[in-house]
Amino acid sequence: MTAAIDVKGLRKSYGSLEAVRGVDLEIATGEVFALLGPNGAGKTTIVEILEGYRRRDAGTVSVLGFDPARRDRALKERIGIVLQSTGVEQFLTVAEVIEMYRGYYPAPRPLDEIIDVVGLNEKRDDRVKTLSGGQQRRLDVAIGLAGDPELLFLDEPTTGFDPGARRRMWDAVKNLVSLGKTIFLTTHYMDEAQELANRVAVISAGRIVAEGPPRSIAGRELSHTIVRFRLPPRAPALPRSLKSSAATGDGRVEIEAADPVKVLHELTGWALEKNIALAELEVARPSLEDVYLRLTGGEAEAAE
Amino acid sequence: MNDLALTVRQVTYENRSFWRNPASAFFTFVFPIMFMIIFNLIFGSSKYSPFGSNATVSQFYTPALMAFSIITACYTNIAMGVVFAREEGILKRMRGTPLPPWVYLFARIAVSVMVAVLLVVIIGVFGRVFYHVKLPGVRTLPALAVALVVGAATFCAIGLAMTSFVPNVDAAPAVVNATIFPLLFISDVFIPIQGHGVLTHIADVFPVKHLSNAIIATYNPHTVGTGFKGKDLAIMGAWGVAALIVALRRFRWEPREQS
Repeated sequence: MTAAIDVKGLRKSYGSLEAVRGVDLEIATGEVFALLGPNGAGKTTIVEILEGYRRRDAGTVSVLGFDPARRDRALKERIGIVLQSTGVEQFLTVAEVIEMYRGYYPAPRPLDEIIDVVGLNEKRDDRVKTLSGGQQRRLDVAIGLAGDPELLFLDEPTTGFDPGARRRMWDAVKNLVSLGKTIFLTTHYMDEAQELANRVAVISAGRIVAEGPPRSIAGRELSHTIVRFRLPPRAPALPRSLKSSAATGDGRVEIEAADPVKVLHELTGWALEKNIALAELEVARPSLEDVYLRLTGGEAEAAE
Repeated sequence: MNDLALTVRQVTYENRSFWRNPASAFFTFVFPIMFMIIFNLIFGSSKYSPFGSNATVSQFYTPALMAFSIITACYTNIAMGVVFAREEGILKRMRGTPLPPWVYLFARIAVSVMVAVLLVVIIGVFGRVFYHVKLPGVRTLPALAVALVVGAATFCAIGLAMTSFVPNVDAAPAVVNATIFPLLFISDVFIPIQGHGVLTHIADVFPVKHLSNAIIATYNPHTVGTGFKGKDLAIMGAWGVAALIVALRRFRWEPREQS
């Protein structure tokens, strides 16, 4: 099977700034792929090259077998683009806008299905300008779906959302996945990538620094588990076997455990024997966010 | 759907959008009528007529405000509307669809021209009914039609070209009005200018005066012949072509980069 997107050696500079420095990507049909990275890492430049908005300086790019730089109508008929925060015709209703965009495509998706997928049924006859931010964003997705695309680009679909609105957007995206669409998602939310994507690539300063399923990216599945808890004041010292891998600070203890079962057994056994409460006990694997911050060198915060 | 059907369809959507924006539709129509009433109140009773004897002031203001109607419906509307659509990202979104970009722009222009035609008719009827303005005869009617068509095309092109000089939505009203209002005052639209002072020479360079002259001639009872103003049409047309070239070279589909 051919890849939906195939990128090799992609480069793009703006003046003296090298925004994309040799990126390779391959996204299979039906895959949900997330491109993660801090602001300014080159995410939008890459997506907009794939969408045909920007021209590349070097490299080869194939989207559904087309070179997007040629802006072929035949390609645009098969892809859906959801840009970052774009306006819509304010004075048309939700149904009218979707209907208008449907007319541009040879085989559009039925109107009612689109409205259903994005959950705007109650708003279908309301004017666009009366929609909330989250609803407008779901309308953006609805417009992206108008042509029943094989491949959908979603550029930061939930930036600026409250948690409820994000949930609803995620549900809408999961609906799309069940329809067998290939989705290219960009985001700077780790939980979003984890929730939606089969595969994640982390981009930093114009280069892909890690790639893989969210569960195991950058050796995450091999990383040690962290056991955290708080010790009461004047608690006796930890047993020697635990102490060597523990880090402490004002009562908080973190143990890095290669074998968490053994460590927990020892720890809880010790605590019961000494009758010590282990406040706030938790066992955690390094989050995608920890991995991401390590990979991007804390750039995420610097760029905000 | 073929491109012709797509175009017709797009025109209906743009038309619907235009009429549903109450502020924009209201002012587009109210402005020329308001000026008509105001100028007639101010100058209506004066003995002076720009056309000399046997003509009222309204005989001048009816065609002059037809010129204004074309400018406001085509130039102002397109310049502001397209800048708004560009900065909102509507143009960029459209460009990501299979809709040929020219279909979208053509539909906007078509709606502007329809509005201009409607306004010209309203002004004409208004002048006839309330101010007893003599309509152009069969002799000068073709010249009026040609002046309106060349004027509409020219000012649509200038509107499109102008969008490339407007950086953002906030600047749009200022830039668009500041470029057109001084010209309206010195180009025989709001006030008939006497003599050949420096203002006349300035106005001669720009297209507004040539539009108003071409239209007004067809309403002037002293016009002999068909009323075609070849020189005015040529200068105006040259502006239209130049604007089209600027628009083709400079037109932007995407909003200015944020941050």
